[in-house]
Amino acid sequence: MYVAVKGGEKAIENAHLWLAEERRGDPAVPELGIGQISEQLALAVNRVMAEGSLFDPELAALAIKQSRGDLIEAVFLIRAYRTTLPRFGASLPIETGQMSCVRRISATFKDAPGGQVLGPTFDYTHRLLDFKLAADGFVGEAEQSETPLSDDIPHIAGYLNSEGLIQDEPETDVEPGDLTREPLELPASRDIRLQSLARGDEGFVLGMAYSTQRGYARNHAFVGELRIGRVAVEMDIPELGFSIEIGEIEVTECETVNQFRGSKVEPPQFTRGYGLVMGQSERKSIAMALVDRALRWRELGEDYLGAPVQDEEFVLHHADSIQATGFLEHIKLPHYVDFQSELELVRKLRREAGRNHRPREAAV
Amino acid sequence: MSKQRKEWLSTLAKAKAMDVARLFAGIRHVPEYETLRVPEIGGVMVRGRMGGIGDAFNLGEVTVTRCSVQLETGEVGHGCVQGRNRGHAEQVAVLDAMLQGDRKGDLTKTVIVPLMEIALAEKETRAKKAAATKVDFFTLARGED
Repeated sequence: MYVAVKGGEKAIENAHLWLAEERRGDPAVPELGIGQISEQLALAVNRVMAEGSLFDPELAALAIKQSRGDLIEAVFLIRAYRTTLPRFGASLPIETGQMSCVRRISATFKDAPGGQVLGPTFDYTHRLLDFKLAADGFVGEAEQSETPLSDDIPHIAGYLNSEGLIQDEPETDVEPGDLTREPLELPASRDIRLQSLARGDEGFVLGMAYSTQRGYARNHAFVGELRIGRVAVEMDIPELGFSIEIGEIEVTECETVNQFRGSKVEPPQFTRGYGLVMGQSERKSIAMALVDRALRWRELGEDYLGAPVQDEEFVLHHADSIQATGFLEHIKLPHYVDFQSELELVRKLRREAGRNHRPREAAV
Repeated sequence: MSKQRKEWLSTLAKAKAMDVARLFAGIRHVPEYETLRVPEIGGVMVRGRMGGIGDAFNLGEVTVTRCSVQLETGEVGHGCVQGRNRGHAEQVAVLDAMLQGDRKGDLTKTVIVPLMEIALAEKETRAKKAAATKVDFFTLARGED
């Protein structure tokens, strides 16, 4: 147990001064601007926004600078800031079918209507360090096609759905639960699971998803579709009596199509896993979709195989990097009183044991 | 009216604060106004849909700034914009109020249309770059027959 301590103010102040100096690094090297971080380390910024659960590239870039590039610390700063904001309301659900895509691929249909659009991807690069980038900073210039890509690219799953070959996604007017308002309760509904995964730690969600691929509750996922692009955020404004678009955010969406032989409650069909992440983060969105699908075993009437990824208590209670790091890192804070009693206990036990046993030296 | 108002408010909100400020600075005789709600920064929970089409779930928040003003001529305007730029929200509120009056035609021409053109040009450039990365994958016969 942590017990409050007093004192050490001067040492703490000096430690923080030194931290500020270390953060700046060698003054001979130009200081990093917020704009440089948000423009040139955009994927780090996206990760901090997704896990911080707040879309604001400028704030995320500031958090990365302040945390010296420790992304979990940066997420922590964003989460702390988020709690100070009054909540103006909720948006209408974003319409990803009307996304202005910069990337859109399908691993299931070669001739996907709307086409396979690679976008600015690391795929098919050779993963060789580019020393030219270090030497003189290469500036690429994107090619432009004569005709722009349409922003009316239908979802792949819609084609399977029209044949009835894939599980439907019913739309009702149920108000979704909100983890930032009510504590997590189990069993959790899918809306809560998706919110938890969307803000969950990328490494954790990736590890859980990978476990399904290696055979722990394997669910044979195909990436039916992966798309990245901007969507409008629309919201009802009470003063106006109608909704307006208040802005645009970039999101990454992944829909998996999973093999399913049918169960007691469902016919043979394809099933779905869904991943949606703020910013550009395809690894996270694919992982989220795999974990979402694994957690749906109950509603699909599948067997519980005892795999960690099927255990929603395990997944949902350990996905959040801020909860995890908060509890983990608190053990480095003073536990002197607690440890003192442990010390007393061990000494007492040894005294008692010493009465019953010969001393070690004598045993030789 | 509300359809047009929705359109100009959406255009103003989605535009860059910098562009709105530049065009706002070009408006002559901005009327006196009273601030009904000073620019306030808050969060809006963005929702997604399961499978992109189904029930809603909470994805995460965005920062939003809102502001309300009333012109000396009586019109009330509201600004609600993504981000934390107070000036942006205030200028949108003033423009919203002015667009309800008799300067609508003029302001549409000098502010709203140029902002729509900027947004369209930007969107088109991205869409052309995306189109240039469109591929055709060929599945190769494996010769197993």
